[in-house]
Amino acid sequence: MTAPAADAPDRKADIDAFARRHKFRWTEALPWAAAIACYFTFENYHALGAQIFATILFALSLDLLIGYAGIITLGHAAFFGVGAYAAGIMAANGFHEPLSGLVIAALAAGIAGFASGAIVLRTSGLTLLMQTLVVAALLQELANKWTSVTGGSDGLLGMKIDPVFGVFRFDLFGNTAYIYCLAVLFLGWLAARNLICSPFGRSLTGIRENAARMRAIGAPVERRKIIIYTISAALAGVSGALIAQTTALVGLGALSLGRSGELLIMLIIGGIGRLYGAFIGVPLYMIAQDRFAAVDPVFWYFWIGLFMIFDGVFARGGALGVIARRRGGSPPQ
Amino acid sequence: MADFIPIAVSILFHGLAMAMVLYLISVGLSVTMGLMGFVNLAHGAFAMAGGYVLIILMKKQGWPYGLALAAAVVICMLASLVLERLLYRRLYGGDELDQVLMTMGLIFVSVGGATFLFGPVAQSLDPPAMLRGQIHILGRDFPTYRSFLILCGALLVTALWLGLERTRFGAQVRASVDNLRMAQTLGINTSKLFAIAFALGSGLAALGGGLGAELLSVGPTYALDNLVYCLIVVSVGGLGSIRGPFAAALLVGVTDTAFKYLAPELGAFFIYALTMAILLWRPRGLFGTAS
Repeated sequence: MTAPAADAPDRKADIDAFARRHKFRWTEALPWAAAIACYFTFENYHALGAQIFATILFALSLDLLIGYAGIITLGHAAFFGVGAYAAGIMAANGFHEPLSGLVIAALAAGIAGFASGAIVLRTSGLTLLMQTLVVAALLQELANKWTSVTGGSDGLLGMKIDPVFGVFRFDLFGNTAYIYCLAVLFLGWLAARNLICSPFGRSLTGIRENAARMRAIGAPVERRKIIIYTISAALAGVSGALIAQTTALVGLGALSLGRSGELLIMLIIGGIGRLYGAFIGVPLYMIAQDRFAAVDPVFWYFWIGLFMIFDGVFARGGALGVIARRRGGSPPQ
Repeated sequence: MADFIPIAVSILFHGLAMAMVLYLISVGLSVTMGLMGFVNLAHGAFAMAGGYVLIILMKKQGWPYGLALAAAVVICMLASLVLERLLYRRLYGGDELDQVLMTMGLIFVSVGGATFLFGPVAQSLDPPAMLRGQIHILGRDFPTYRSFLILCGALLVTALWLGLERTRFGAQVRASVDNLRMAQTLGINTSKLFAIAFALGSGLAALGGGLGAELLSVGPTYALDNLVYCLIVVSVGGLGSIRGPFAAALLVGVTDTAFKYLAPELGAFFIYALTMAILLWRPRGLFGTAS
């Protein structure tokens, strides 16, 4: 990488390209344009749309961990669940304001992420996978047994949510929920995008690629991992709170391995480490699930399974990975 | 205090039976993970297939128990060989996440396929008359089938251990777990080795699924339901070893039985906490050799 002086012009081009990658491209407006267009064209599907946006935020938080920091987890639902239960328990006990509910959920999930991250991030590989899985399983058992607060296996019922800003009431058709989730997702995306373009975000990629070298150049690897784990957990908590508030229901499934696994699948289908994988994988999976699983769950499991096998073996890197390869292009950032 | 001993014996007995089943359905996973570094989440699907083949052959075809069990093992081994050559092999040394996606896909296909073929309700095993009822040992009655299970498990563990320690194939497996490149350099055909180890592991899982059908009921979601315990056994035991998963299966089987019996309100809490503590203490598991 030590270029002699003769290569100087080339290096300048490289550096320019590197500096430009933070600039917004017109393609990045596409998901938002599509979301707004769908509001007017699919009026009967606003409730589903809201769920999709909240789940995209959840997948985005997972992408920060897996795609950028290289922390592979099978227990991300832990933080989604903590956020959902935090927002739900507040709303069921007389505190009905939604926005502060999101903040509390982010705090609760962030604290859970910090506390568990400080312990489990000492490990790596399969051990880390197991530790994250076990943390989620422990929390699920806790929610299952602590029925007086969480409602146990019946789920948390009796939530009441005030209108957003005191004006926009959550309606039966999900019109408010659609805009509400979309707005929160937009803010979450902005935050995530800024984060990964920042020096901190670049250092995460460095840690993913080679932790030993990052340590050698003086980066506090362990501390940075815990920080991104906490941030990601908080984002997942917001996503959980969004779903809790817009569906007025929280169940044990929010903390389950199934939830973590399904999310991982959606993200891999879209493409990991490219920021927009979540925006492709989540709608694809959830719309297909909505169409087919309601008709025949057996059929759904079988075909999505076949699709996943095919995807894993032949279309590596998910949809965005395939597109990038076709264009002769870049590995993930 | 007088009833302490009967309770302890009962917990140990049922815990041991559980441990044997857990061991059989996990040991193959440990070896393939240690050998190929492949996260095969769908390993439990072979155990489920074993259980289904056994039950269907006995119920629909009227085959005797022993023969049906042998057929289940052979069928699952052949099926796993086909899958290994067709799918798994393409992802060796590849991206972990693609492996996760592919094997989760296999689980989903197994769930959908089993529901389609055998219906959503779990199937029950009718053991042959010889293995029903109680057996009288040392002044106590024990269920015959579970005693048989423990005996089979003990024999298999011994056979596996001898096979790995004393045979040429076992030595090749151990060499490949320790250092794959060096093993290849020495002329070991690792591609063939992988396929055989994979098929053996799947066969053992099928045997565990069939033998243990009375304990872990055989339903379409088998692979999902037992995934966490399988992974706990493998990670606590340590990858690529034979005795590691055995120790872990004993630990999980006995403690799980004990807590379900003595403190059901705690649920599986203790097992999870124990797993976490052990993995913090020994990140490679109790007997881990491969990293």
